[in-house]
Amino acid sequence: MWSRIISRLFTSLVVAWASVTATFVALHALPGRIQDILAGDLEYPGLREAIAAEWGLNRTLPEQYLDFLFRIFRGDFGTSYVLRQPVIEVVGSQLLPTVELALTAGVLAVVIAGGIALLTAGRSNFSREVASVLELVFASTPVFWLGILLLMAFSFNLRWFPVSGAEGWKSIVLPSITLALPTAGLLTQVLREAMEKTLDQPFVTTVRARGVGEFIIRWRHVLRHALLPAVTLGGWLIGGLLGGAVITEKVFGRPGLGTVTLGAVLTHDVPVVLTVVLLAAFIHVAASTLLDILYVLIDPRLRAQ
Amino acid sequence: MTAPSHRSFEQAVPLDRPEDLAGFETSLPVIAVQRRPPLAFIVSVAFVVLLIAAAAVPWLFTHFDPLVGDFTEGLKPPGWAHLFGTDRLGRDVFARTIYGTRYSLLIGFGGVAVGLGLGVILGIIAGQRNRILDECVSRLFDMLSSFPGVLLAMLIVTFLGQGMLNIAIAVGIAGIPKFGRVVRAQTQLVRDADYVTQATVYGLSQWQVFLRHVLPNVLVAIPIIATVYIGSTILIVSGLSFLGLGPQPPTPEWGVMLAESRDVLRVAWWPGVFPGLAITATVIAFSVVGNFLQKKFEGRMA
Repeated sequence: MWSRIISRLFTSLVVAWASVTATFVALHALPGRIQDILAGDLEYPGLREAIAAEWGLNRTLPEQYLDFLFRIFRGDFGTSYVLRQPVIEVVGSQLLPTVELALTAGVLAVVIAGGIALLTAGRSNFSREVASVLELVFASTPVFWLGILLLMAFSFNLRWFPVSGAEGWKSIVLPSITLALPTAGLLTQVLREAMEKTLDQPFVTTVRARGVGEFIIRWRHVLRHALLPAVTLGGWLIGGLLGGAVITEKVFGRPGLGTVTLGAVLTHDVPVVLTVVLLAAFIHVAASTLLDILYVLIDPRLRAQ
Repeated sequence: MTAPSHRSFEQAVPLDRPEDLAGFETSLPVIAVQRRPPLAFIVSVAFVVLLIAAAAVPWLFTHFDPLVGDFTEGLKPPGWAHLFGTDRLGRDVFARTIYGTRYSLLIGFGGVAVGLGLGVILGIIAGQRNRILDECVSRLFDMLSSFPGVLLAMLIVTFLGQGMLNIAIAVGIAGIPKFGRVVRAQTQLVRDADYVTQATVYGLSQWQVFLRHVLPNVLVAIPIIATVYIGSTILIVSGLSFLGLGPQPPTPEWGVMLAESRDVLRVAWWPGVFPGLAITATVIAFSVVGNFLQKKFEGRMA
């Protein structure tokens, strides 16, 4: 068991290192001088020289690479020359609303997917067909269009929720539903398939033979079993939520990491975009590593090996 | 030791599964029943054909100009004159939606071509019997897929600049691990197939086996892989153009149209509904076609 966990940790470290290296290689492989790329659209005397000094561009390439690695390792992501602020401050001040949105949406997606799978797995053909059509539709709907539709219905017509902003609990309802539904669509597909496979297992027949009610079978026995393969989707889920949050924030005019990133892309503020993308990759790698380890810890079959 | 098979009572009774019938073959003539494709598949194929027609010859579907509108006709609701209504500048939303097909399909196919092109090369390399190469390429896929797709695409657009070609490249690069892993699995499947072993036993050199047997059988799967992933690619592309990273207004691209509709939502619902409907219908149609083809050819892939 421990060798499994250690090798998983090692692989994650390699992947994280590779992603930092890839951004370094990309920066140097791009045509043009690095100080021009990092400066974005800005132009004032002394800026290029300041960037060259901060990034140590007059040193050899291996030196620059090691310096880059160590700076990232220390959590120093450089300066945004467009915003004239350390990048980590820019990102840190906007992190909370995005995490709030992604977390609420993630929990909502898991609850929706679990509920639908619990109710429809292995049931009559009709309810399964309806559920599978809904899954397909939601998995095929662009996040931003769903947001526009919800805005139209609940903000402009019914006036239940505010149109934009991030003030109070009411402002998070529509964005989190928007972000959750397409994710829930894909998650339900996977979860239901896993539940249907589990329902065919001999232990379910045993439990059923003991006279346990159908709902208890599904809730206590089948769902727990079927959640295991779904756990491996956790990494994908987090990546999707982070990416989707960018688009959702734009639809609802919410402040957050997405709004900052989009602004940075449009002003060619490379240090900010680079930091957000790297942080997202780190979060993704860390979360999927944790889930994989959790997977080994909670599945007795893997623990025994 | 193999585990004893547990089969519940209800499952064992009907003898309709092929494995249940093993040993029951009689001399009765077997009539090959050609299963008719399901209705959803036929409708989806028809819709895809319509989409391709709309992308190729949009002027056959509408006589309105997607770029020029009549200011006095602004924000007219859907009706006989304007099937999907008009936007703030009086442009016909139906015409813009029809003309938009071209952009979505072009960028979507472009993205799949970029991702699949690079993914096939890397996937075939990883699928060979070389553990070090496989490990390196697989970690490369892990690294690429650790970046959330939308964010990676945004980073690439920051480097390359906005525009249609650049978001196709960005989405393609973000899709490399997806395509590469499928191709790697397919290569391994073919590599271990009996006919490849036989070709080796027959005395063909490694290169001859690869070029004559492995490569063609990996490449046949590519149209199917492309169809399966074109829908999700169009979905990501529409998101990027909604963010303003792809084609710019007044281009009648669906994502761009929806971004513009946000300003008039309070007074008009139609500019915010029809382009989105077009995206969803397109993605569903391609997914249905792709999944059907994948299931149909699953047995024959190796």
